[in-house]
Amino acid sequence: MRYAILCYHDEAAVNALTREQDQALMADLAVVRAQLIAEGKLGPVARLMPTTAATTLRYGHAPVVMDGPFAETKEALLGFYVVDCATFDDAIEVARRLAVPRLAAGLIGAMEIRPVSVFHPAGAET
Amino acid sequence: MSDLAWIAAALNSARAQALGALLRYFRDFDRAEEAFQEACLRALRHWPINGPPRDSAAWLILVGRNAALDEVRRRTSEEPLSDDHPLPDQGDVEATLVERLDNAHYRDDVLRLLFICCHPELPATQQIALALRIVSGLSVKEIARAFLVGESAMEQRITRAKRRIAAAPVAFEAPGPVARAERLAAVAAMIYLVFNEGYSASGGETHIRSALCDEAIRLARLLLRLFPAEPEVMGLTALMLLQHARAPARLDADGAIVLLEHQDRRLWSGDLIAEGLVLVEKALRHCRPGPYQLQAAIAAVHARAARPQDTEWAEIERLYEVLETVQPSPVVTLNRAVAVAKVHGAAVALALIEPLADRLSGYFHFFGVRGALLRELGRAGEARIAFDQAIALANTPAEAAHIRLHLDRLIEDSAPRDPAEVVT
Repeated sequence: MRYAILCYHDEAAVNALTREQDQALMADLAVVRAQLIAEGKLGPVARLMPTTAATTLRYGHAPVVMDGPFAETKEALLGFYVVDCATFDDAIEVARRLAVPRLAAGLIGAMEIRPVSVFHPAGAET
Repeated sequence: MSDLAWIAAALNSARAQALGALLRYFRDFDRAEEAFQEACLRALRHWPINGPPRDSAAWLILVGRNAALDEVRRRTSEEPLSDDHPLPDQGDVEATLVERLDNAHYRDDVLRLLFICCHPELPATQQIALALRIVSGLSVKEIARAFLVGESAMEQRITRAKRRIAAAPVAFEAPGPVARAERLAAVAAMIYLVFNEGYSASGGETHIRSALCDEAIRLARLLLRLFPAEPEVMGLTALMLLQHARAPARLDADGAIVLLEHQDRRLWSGDLIAEGLVLVEKALRHCRPGPYQLQAAIAAVHARAARPQDTEWAEIERLYEVLETVQPSPVVTLNRAVAVAKVHGAAVALALIEPLADRLSGYFHFFGVRGALLRELGRAGEARIAFDQAIALANTPAEAAHIRLHLDRLIEDSAPRDPAEVVT
């Protein structure tokens, strides 16, 4: 069985880490990742940019692009995609395309487009 | 992480929201600060036992408010209460506050807190010191260190500034759209002042003072989280991220300024650049260009060039042209001239800056640029005069040293000239 492990933190506290603290944290996490790779358990890993870099596409009647992260509490996180796009507009366009079948199925919801700052493909360590 | 570390981090990240809300409630800065400190003390006692509350800011606001009210009651009844009387159940604390403390409230509370520091009668240095003390919660010692002054001098400066804002009228009702926009603009300018205070450092001070740049970026992100759809706040954040990204390459081992074109771009911080570029893209989607967005867009053009010769100077020239219409200033024109020199040659650029001579007669960079353009045109005698004027106006030893380098090159000019030579 594959599991997604989603990381939630107080963003202001993470932003307040000094560069040295942040690097030390990343180094500690790299050790855990290396163990998980050796155990054959680790899939792709991503660190996301701050929510201030996020944009949200809400789809209901017509899709609306809004600045900022997805902040409602009624909806739950049910899945995610990682896409590689040349521009931010491309990424929004991809989200729009992914919203189309959902809309057709009568679903309303949102897709948050958040840039990835660090990405490790499955089982690889750089 | 020890108890103390996570509590300190949680208190710090809730500080602006909690203090802002307490200020709205008490309408008195000292009382708000006392209430906040009391709430922090209680958090230190209760959080290690009960664990962190779901909403730290909401907890601190209610506990701080109740503590201050208890204090008033205690004083009026003169009835001593035990120091450790029980707190309301934590769950209730949060439930009562959940509806009242939505993002919109926090937003105006934090904005008000920042805006108070921007009092127009306060000189820039006092505004910055006040914001660092009140909003960022830095200690007087830390602020004094960043400003390279003694602790008691900084203490005095902050006390004076606080007295001044205590006497000033503050609007506590939620601001209307126009007032909110004005506050945002004033606060953005103040945050950029904090950044520049750190960015303008040179030599041995750099390491200490770059903490101010980090703090400015932290404040800008705080503002942007509260106002996620304001393109100028995105622009300001992006501008600082993109400038700060170059910090590791800006000074050489001797503390001398390394110009953009000579910087080792491999030292630039890729993370900060990536985030800055995203924010520029996001901001420009709004089609409401402002000075921060445009300056950020210019910084983005530099950031995208892997080598100096890859810089799209025509794009930079175009952006400065827009900036000139949005925010006309001789300094902007001077900067445009640098781009013009790259695209159309030094003669065109020189013609563009000659009319600025009167207004920029006391400006170091004007003579630096003028000298470089004259030199490029082979007018060595006039170039020397311009460089001498620049040295006389230099603000830091690093600036003067840089111009001397130009003068040295002037002497070497009998050798074939490097076409990729720097202009500023």
